[in-house]
Amino acid sequence: MNTARSNPINTVMMHGALILYTVIALFPVFVILINSFKERRSIFREPLALPDSESFSTIGYETVMKQGDFVLYFQNSMIVTVASLFFILLFGAMAAYALSEYRFRGNMLMGLYLALGIMIPIRIGTVAILEMMVATGLVNTLWALILVYTAQGLPLAVFILSEFMRQISDDLKNAGRIDGLSEYTIFFRLVLPLVRPAMATVAVFNMIPIWNDLWFPLILAPAEETKTLTLGSQVFIGQFVTDWNAVLSALSMAILPVLVLYVIFSRQLIRGLTSGAVK
Amino acid sequence: MTALLLNSVNKSFGEVHVLKDISLEVMEGEFVVFVGPSGCGKSTLLRVIAGLEDATSGEIRIGGTLVNTTPPSKRGIAMVFQSYALYPHLNVRGNMTLALKQEGQPKSVIEDRVQKASRMLDLGPYLDRYPSELSGGQRQRVAIGRAIVREPKLFLFDEPLSNLDAALRMNTRIEIAALHRQLGASMIYVTHDQTEAMTLADKIVVLRDGRVEQIGSPMELYNNPANQFVAGFLGSPSMNFFPGDLLTDGDTRTVGIRPEDLFLADDGPLAVRVSHVEQLGGDTNIIGHAGNHQITARLFGQHAVSPGADLRLGFQPDRTYSFDATGARLA
Repeated sequence: MNTARSNPINTVMMHGALILYTVIALFPVFVILINSFKERRSIFREPLALPDSESFSTIGYETVMKQGDFVLYFQNSMIVTVASLFFILLFGAMAAYALSEYRFRGNMLMGLYLALGIMIPIRIGTVAILEMMVATGLVNTLWALILVYTAQGLPLAVFILSEFMRQISDDLKNAGRIDGLSEYTIFFRLVLPLVRPAMATVAVFNMIPIWNDLWFPLILAPAEETKTLTLGSQVFIGQFVTDWNAVLSALSMAILPVLVLYVIFSRQLIRGLTSGAVK
Repeated sequence: MTALLLNSVNKSFGEVHVLKDISLEVMEGEFVVFVGPSGCGKSTLLRVIAGLEDATSGEIRIGGTLVNTTPPSKRGIAMVFQSYALYPHLNVRGNMTLALKQEGQPKSVIEDRVQKASRMLDLGPYLDRYPSELSGGQRQRVAIGRAIVREPKLFLFDEPLSNLDAALRMNTRIEIAALHRQLGASMIYVTHDQTEAMTLADKIVVLRDGRVEQIGSPMELYNNPANQFVAGFLGSPSMNFFPGDLLTDGDTRTVGIRPEDLFLADDGPLAVRVSHVEQLGGDTNIIGHAGNHQITARLFGQHAVSPGADLRLGFQPDRTYSFDATGARLA
């Protein structure tokens, strides 16, 4: 071990910096969480105080549960996020494999074209997307959201995954070909497990914006039965009165599923790094 | 019976012509080594035979059948890769049986062949381990086992020893030779290491720039090289080349002589200034210069020669080779 790392002063400073950063990063979440368990007056009087016997209240959660169909919103958000991630990873990985594995005319151009999407925000095309969804009758369906999010996530997925797939040894794929595996089997059984860390990265990158998005649910699927959690929480924010208890409670609950998904993906990240590959 | 027949095989990647008009025959049970410097096309040739690359033109026949358009898995071949290329998510047994399962072989046959192969390669204790839990040498044995269980018409080895350390390399080399005797199968082996080529081959194919330079048994190639390239490529240390007028004025030929054919002689025709001496115990390699030309002499036994000394070296005239300006051998 080098001296810089074993020096106690350095260790303390290093951990100090990391702890400081963690505190800063988690502070807003912490404030949301404690205030969601307080009654309305205490939220404004002492926003940083922990809930005590006097200020403790679950009124926010009760409102959320009573008003609107939160279980449904939850379910919608979950379906949209998971389905979008599934399609992003599936199609992104397949496109990336084709680009990195097969020599064909226009390979390079195709790669650039697919990567171009990273630089162009999909929201610029909102009007066109809405017209398209109206024309295809997909407005107010979850499919509208899933399709848009898949399109939004693909460029980065293709870009990252094709870089990783280029690094997988040709010998392994050729061994599969000689053993009589089909190209699909090679892709699913040999290549995908080896790029799992990259897939987890792509999934994490895409998950948060999709889960938190307000724009497209508002425009493409504002109906009651297709509302997502973020959109659903907006009923408590009014032009004149905002039910802060309910908003904070809704947000607190919205954190949980992403947290679970994140834990799942980050485990993949670590496992991917330690699994023995070719050499 | 021929195991493999190549008939004017050409391969181009776009503008780059990698294999040029290669014709060659491998008999049943023969051990053929493709050898050449890196970039000479030997691995590409192996890939064309395996079907991992398509030949641009020419015929490839394995066991008499034209296989130009046959996919790799149907060619009756098995290949061992330099990087082992084991499936990381399967254990040793899984790695060895995958191809057989894919072919739809009955379970009893699969089990039988795995047992036979693991006995041959001492893989018994490792059958349930994963590749990441094996050492380099064990992985290479698994890769070879994976090839054996398929009972192919033709084995293809792509530099299988390059990733092993020197001691292991020698052991594995001996194992491969023993395996060849045991199985009696036709094998094609690609290497850039001329020692591997000399020790393993029944027949060596020397390649350079995508062309076959010479085909023959190791001793044929060693004793009777067709040109300066083959002469310089085989043998270690490699053959000395110097212009003929170092010995006789006005001689325009290039003279070649193997280091082991040189000996110390006070009245020898070659005057050499020693620049470096390698004492190997059994042999002594003397590296010196005659004019601008480096001369290596390999003397048997131990000799006390120090750098900077002036020596005279002699040789039997019938042990020399002569080449013209293009490198072709002169009689």
